[in-house]
Amino acid sequence: MPTGLVFNIQRFSLHDGPGIRTTVFLKGCALNCAWCHNPESQLPQPELVRLMNRCIRCGRCNEEELSDPMVRGRDETDVEQCPTGALQSVGRECDAAELAAEAARDRVFFDESGGGVTFSGGEPLLQAAFVTETMRLLRADGIHTALDTCGFARWPDLLAAAANADLILYDLKLIDDARHKATTGVSNQLILQNLASLSEIHSNIRVRIPVIPGFNDDAQNLEATAAFVASFPGLRKVDLLPYHPTGEAKFARVGKEYALHGTPSPSEARLEELAEPFRLRDLAISMGGGT
Amino acid sequence: MNARTQRLRQESLEAVPSISVERARITTDFYRQHQGRYSPPMMRALNFLALCEQKSLWMGEGELIVGERGPRPKAVPTYPELTCHSVEDLRILNSRPKTSYAVEPAVIDEYERTIIPFWKGRSLRDQMFEQLPPEWHDAYAAGCFTEFMEQRAPGHTVADGKIYRKGMRDFQAEIAVAVSALDFERDPEALDKREQLRAMSVACDAVVRFAERHAELAEREIARTADPTRIRELKDIAEVCRRVPAHAPGNFHEALQYYWFCHLAVITELNGWDAFSPGHLDQHLWPFYQRGLSDGTLSRESAKELLECFFVKFNNHTAPPKVGVTAAESGTYTDFANINLAGLLRDGSDGSNEVTHLLLEIIDEMHLLQPSSNMQVSRRTPDAVLKHALRVIRKGYGFPSLFNADAVVEEQLRQGKTIEDAREGGCSGCVEVGAFGKEAYILTGYFNLMKMLELALHDGFNHRTGKQIGLHTGDAAAFTTYDEVFAAFSAQVRHVLDIKIRGNQLIERLYATRMPHTFLSVITDDCITTGRDYNAGGARYNNTFIQAVGIGSITDSLSALKEVAFEKAEVPVGPFVGILDADFAGHETFRQRLVHKTHKYGNDDDAADALMTQTFRMLFEAIDGRPNGKGGAYRLEMLPTTSHVYFGEVCLASPDGRRKGQPLSEGISPVQGADRQGPTAVLKSAAKMDHIKTGGTLLNMKFTPRLLAGESGVEHLKGLVRAYFKLDGHHVQFNVVTADTLREAQQNPSAHRDLIVRVAGYSDYFCDLSEALQDEIIRRTEHGEF
Repeated sequence: MPTGLVFNIQRFSLHDGPGIRTTVFLKGCALNCAWCHNPESQLPQPELVRLMNRCIRCGRCNEEELSDPMVRGRDETDVEQCPTGALQSVGRECDAAELAAEAARDRVFFDESGGGVTFSGGEPLLQAAFVTETMRLLRADGIHTALDTCGFARWPDLLAAAANADLILYDLKLIDDARHKATTGVSNQLILQNLASLSEIHSNIRVRIPVIPGFNDDAQNLEATAAFVASFPGLRKVDLLPYHPTGEAKFARVGKEYALHGTPSPSEARLEELAEPFRLRDLAISMGGGT
Repeated sequence: MNARTQRLRQESLEAVPSISVERARITTDFYRQHQGRYSPPMMRALNFLALCEQKSLWMGEGELIVGERGPRPKAVPTYPELTCHSVEDLRILNSRPKTSYAVEPAVIDEYERTIIPFWKGRSLRDQMFEQLPPEWHDAYAAGCFTEFMEQRAPGHTVADGKIYRKGMRDFQAEIAVAVSALDFERDPEALDKREQLRAMSVACDAVVRFAERHAELAEREIARTADPTRIRELKDIAEVCRRVPAHAPGNFHEALQYYWFCHLAVITELNGWDAFSPGHLDQHLWPFYQRGLSDGTLSRESAKELLECFFVKFNNHTAPPKVGVTAAESGTYTDFANINLAGLLRDGSDGSNEVTHLLLEIIDEMHLLQPSSNMQVSRRTPDAVLKHALRVIRKGYGFPSLFNADAVVEEQLRQGKTIEDAREGGCSGCVEVGAFGKEAYILTGYFNLMKMLELALHDGFNHRTGKQIGLHTGDAAAFTTYDEVFAAFSAQVRHVLDIKIRGNQLIERLYATRMPHTFLSVITDDCITTGRDYNAGGARYNNTFIQAVGIGSITDSLSALKEVAFEKAEVPVGPFVGILDADFAGHETFRQRLVHKTHKYGNDDDAADALMTQTFRMLFEAIDGRPNGKGGAYRLEMLPTTSHVYFGEVCLASPDGRRKGQPLSEGISPVQGADRQGPTAVLKSAAKMDHIKTGGTLLNMKFTPRLLAGESGVEHLKGLVRAYFKLDGHHVQFNVVTADTLREAQQNPSAHRDLIVRVAGYSDYFCDLSEALQDEIIRRTEHGEF
């Protein structure tokens, strides 16, 4: 039974596929995006964070520690003893059967709303065997599965996972490789190639484009993205996900700078404008992740 | 709304609630003159007749549905024969900052001179308090329970469809048959039954006379009116009031006016809890609506106008204010009349129709305080009907609430009702289940679960009043296992329930013998055939409900004790109780540990939820099936109205980390802030309770408008509701919160821990968000639907 590292299980998740869903966030990601919603998911091992809005300064941690945005020199025993849960461990080890059972707890809501379980992260395919087995177990139990991936994965891993996913949410950030490298830290060649291959074997793929002001919301990138997507007959559905500063507070906790500080979310009018190249190519486009 | 109903609505909103002395005057005069001349039922019926003959009538400009309980809208009568306000009560009502009632000095004067002197020692409440034993008074003063019937009569009931098929003359004919069938030779109660039946016939005459007086008033108004349109309307009103309620209604207008006369009759004769309710109004009106549309006497617009006039009438009827200490507390103007929508028909088919949609439109457009409304959602209820309700709910006015019609039927079958009677039943008050038109389902009082645990941890001693209230279950320090704690808790529950039920038997007997409700008995099966009053077991079904309060708080408290005092043995029970007695002084870190790091109800966490079901089973076994004084049984309900605040005030700090005096958890909701896994986990935890064994449970959930925005928001909400009802959940209400609430939550996060907001692409607990993000959401919310 494969095991893996999960950093959060979010119930009543409404925007990562159809219906009422439970989203499993897996820990570890090869990319390093400036707008990441979950920067604490990037490292592939457990780490500790301190939520200062819960801290009551009980005296277990000293002032010097509390003024440090990062947690140092503390362990699981300290997490256990923290009275308010301000000190938290991010990343929990479990096996596929345990995870499948936990993710299935809301199945009555899945049944009534046409929902299911979505695997997100981090990048789920960094733990491909674990995720694939968990999805297989859920599907065998009649539960709809979705895989939310950045596509930066070995093809056989993606292929195996896709075979157990009813829906693929495939993120596409930048078409220009140099810009992709500069923004995420990795080349997009594997990502684009995997999407091309996947479009031939999977019938339910939604391409998801995060719209990040100043990073990828220029006409040139969206035009290139629309052209790329439209070139594959298997890709017809596109979601534009507007930037939101959700991750900002979390960046400090994991000792990172937030490069987008002060950036406003794109307006609905702006999104409509950005949707134009996709509409022109007869792609079905929607805003936000709900369906 | 058209110009007429907009104006009527506005007048109703602007009317100032006041106390009218008229009913007290007529009743006091009647009792002074006639005391000792008649049997109790005849005394009540003739007093009711005197009220119907003498009370001032009101016919507002442009009204189509007529009749007020008081001399004008929101002028609230008093019921001194039940509970007589003191001069001090009246002064407080006049001056209190919230939910005040204007009281003219002349009213206070009349009370002081004639009303109070006559009723002192004679009112039912005075008699009741004199006869209740010291143990009852001690437990009541300690805040172990409340008693509904010390303030108001056991009403709390709902009309079924019979009034749309029979007039008062038909009921009188049935009464005559019942009298002629009495066996004066062998039935020792035959004479009592004849008195009761004759009194019921008088009550029929009284309400017919009341309607005729309105016809006469309309005819007098015609002479003073120049506007030909209004003259035609007044002629219609006169014609309607001469036909109903003497005879069965023939059209839509008559059906509404008939119900309204019945409503006024029920709440004029006595001031029953939760007023009176029309029940399945859409189902009852459907034949009249169809007929009117097909014969051209009614249009969708004219039906809607009549219904809007009808709604204004409910809003004009402010709740009668309480007496005694509670008069000083802020109460509510609402009198809990509640309209049921959709549900099932007698044959089990879907009960929704076009009138359901019409009523939803009115609820949406008028959003009045009264009447309340609810939808009975069955498996058979079409999605389109449920979604229409959800679109109204998300506007944030709190209506309609949602009930599981299939569970409501099953709950009643368990109590032994027939399937048809169960389907014709529904919910009234807050969430309570009954067989409409056939049942006396009496609320007897809220029951303070946390006080029972407090007694168990203090050997039955109540610190606040300094008295031994409970059993001696032993020094808490000597408890060595969780099971011993639970056994002591159960013993205190049973002991105090015994005290409550003994008191309640006395109270119900007083109502049965001294305060029959003769008109309500006419329209409640089987009072005519049994010759017994509604208050004396005449109804086909008789259930008495006890409402347990604080299941979330008690579950979390048991969970904390179990884990911290026993399983992990961090703090033994003795010192633990010492910390609670000191309200956590010097132990804030420990309190935080209890608040944040123990298993909590509301998270789909089986470790905590198992303690909830253990407590529920214990309560059920202690209450359900115990005989009441009317040939029926006691039943358990799980709802608080606002008593969780009062019960919290009288309790010490509790093991879940709740401070002394703070509110208990509400309904079957988790402790505020204890649920950390979102709404699906709350619903799953709540559904582990066996709702079918209750007479109603209450679950409130909060959402922001944005979370429910768009068609997908309605779909998601529908998914939550259908899933909860599939799990046999009884009721759920969604509170959609505004930016003001969000701001309040920002200032005072601990009180709003359960508030879920849509962030972007996902949803989160508002209080867990950074301040900047909170600000952003508040701004966004203000630009949303509000």
